[in-house]
Amino acid sequence: MANSAASTARTLAKRLGELVLVLFIVSIGTFALVDLMPGDPAVVVLGEGHAPAEYEAQREKMGLNDPFPVRYGDWVGSALTGDLGDSFLPPYSDVAERIGAALPVSVQLALMALVMALIAAIPLAMWSAYNSGGRVDRIISAGTFGVLSVPSFLCGMLLIAVFANGLGWFPRLEWARISDGLGANLHHAFLPALTIALAETATFARVLRGDLITTLREDFILAARAKGMSPLHVLFRDALRPSSFSLITLLGISMGRLVGSTVIVEFLFALPGMGSLIIGSADQGDVPMVQGAVLVIALLYVLVNALIDLSYGRLDPRIRRAHV
Amino acid sequence: MSDTLTVSDPKPSPAAPAAPARRSPWPGLAAAVPGLVVFGLSVTVLAGSGWPQIVAVAAGLGASYWGLNALGRARFGASFDLMFWLCVVWLVALVAAAIAAPLLPMSEHQDIVQTLNSPGMAVPDLSTAHPLGTNNFGLDLLGRIVYGARSSLVVSLAAVLIGMIVGGAIGIAAGYFRRATDATVGVLTNALLAVPPLILLIALGTVLEPNLRNISIALSLLALPSMIRMARANTLAFVQREFVLAAQALGASKWRIMLRELAPNVALPLASYGMVMVSVLIVAEASLSFLGLGIQPPAPSWGNMIAEGQDNNAFSEHPHIVLVPGVTLFLTVFAFNLIGEKARKRWDPRQAKL
Repeated sequence: MANSAASTARTLAKRLGELVLVLFIVSIGTFALVDLMPGDPAVVVLGEGHAPAEYEAQREKMGLNDPFPVRYGDWVGSALTGDLGDSFLPPYSDVAERIGAALPVSVQLALMALVMALIAAIPLAMWSAYNSGGRVDRIISAGTFGVLSVPSFLCGMLLIAVFANGLGWFPRLEWARISDGLGANLHHAFLPALTIALAETATFARVLRGDLITTLREDFILAARAKGMSPLHVLFRDALRPSSFSLITLLGISMGRLVGSTVIVEFLFALPGMGSLIIGSADQGDVPMVQGAVLVIALLYVLVNALIDLSYGRLDPRIRRAHV
Repeated sequence: MSDTLTVSDPKPSPAAPAAPARRSPWPGLAAAVPGLVVFGLSVTVLAGSGWPQIVAVAAGLGASYWGLNALGRARFGASFDLMFWLCVVWLVALVAAAIAAPLLPMSEHQDIVQTLNSPGMAVPDLSTAHPLGTNNFGLDLLGRIVYGARSSLVVSLAAVLIGMIVGGAIGIAAGYFRRATDATVGVLTNALLAVPPLILLIALGTVLEPNLRNISIALSLLALPSMIRMARANTLAFVQREFVLAAQALGASKWRIMLRELAPNVALPLASYGMVMVSVLIVAEASLSFLGLGIQPPAPSWGNMIAEGQDNNAFSEHPHIVLVPGVTLFLTVFAFNLIGEKARKRWDPRQAKL
């Protein structure tokens, strides 16, 4: 028993080591953005038309004259204490502060989209799998395949045109924080979250359908049916649980696209989240802001993926035993 | 989708090929011809009439699809998949148009000075000089679509090729040498995957000049990790096969084994995955251009054409500004997805998902 605990600890330590290594490489890459930048950062900060000496002083002030490892050390050192530096552009705001304000909006949108996608995908997949090969199944499969080919920004523009501009059901280009009232907040977040959720729904429904079809062929499903359980009971109580495993896997795989569509949808709906922050900064060449945002997003992304990996063992005892 | 068509008809047994239950082609023909006529009228006579046009387009396309499908199945048997062939036709037409773009008789697509006399925001009407309409500068949308296809296809195909060659080489090396090489490649791949794709593109877009070469290189970074993993996994499987053992026994060098024995076998699954990857990269390029970080206007790209619809409610007042590039983008992505799915089922059944 003690032996197995030690081996679990060793696996965890190994994973943690990999995690730190990956984050180290990502941070080097992120930091190197300044050096990839065409032109002089000092010119970006001060603007054109200053004396060469002023630029030189600015470079010295920004530490640009130090060798790369020294600058990297300074940057990571302060990043670890929560200081991501200041923006290149007026009003030279604190990067960490801006990210702190923007992050909750993005996280809320992504979580809402995930919940909406699950709520829609589970019944769709069940309906489809239960009538596998039938007309309903074919329509749902064709529909989800089609939805997967619609880029999120296109989908968002259509939804805005119909539901915000056409019917006027939802606001556009404005945002209400949770402190402004939960109702207003959800009302503002609904359409952007729906845009993100559509593609996720399609992916979830497709994979879950395939999974459920396999499960529904198993003997224990036959047994449940033979006992006279209702189809709904069979689907929800017996068939869904074995599939939760692949849903978690799917969550990991679709996380990258989820972040991507959240960023685009925020830009499209002009919401004050990480997406608008990073795209606005990228447009103006505000490298410190982009660096900070990339670093924070990568950190969260890596952590969530690691958590998903760890949760396998929790969900499936076979894997837990294999590890132990 | 494609695999469900055969469900209702059991495959004819090869023992009794005689007297095939050929269905009559007439119902299909009866639906296809009026369908095509309605569609043809809807994009010429009804052009710009709003809802009636949309209804007519949908009805015409629906009827012709059903009719052609019935016709195809009557002629070629139940396994005929019209959707697949439509996708092939679309992609072939798109590639041909993109290659022949300078030779095609299209109105000006980029130079605003030359379109001072052209109507702005003209609606699509196949009977005019601007079959797909114009944007607010009077630039021809058909021309912009075709030249947009050029940059879109060049950028994403180049990126997939770079990804396949570089990723394939790295993956084979990692799978063949194992040990330190494999571990290093693994960590670097994980580091590339640690940044969500679009964020990586935006970060590179911040500092790189947005020209076709740089965009291709940035996009190839998205294709790289999965290509490396796939090449590595396939190499691990092939290394244990007899032909590699035979080559080793014959005294072939490591390079020869990797180049002559492993690479050709790894290439096929990589290529079929590349088809799916192309559609991902086309969307990525369109997203980047939509965000203003990719191909810069007035040079056309589907992404920046769609972005034009964001200004001053242009989309609500002139839906074709967004719908023309939007539908093109959708059809292209859809076609690549469908064909890629089919290719993957045929050539790489083992790798269902990555």
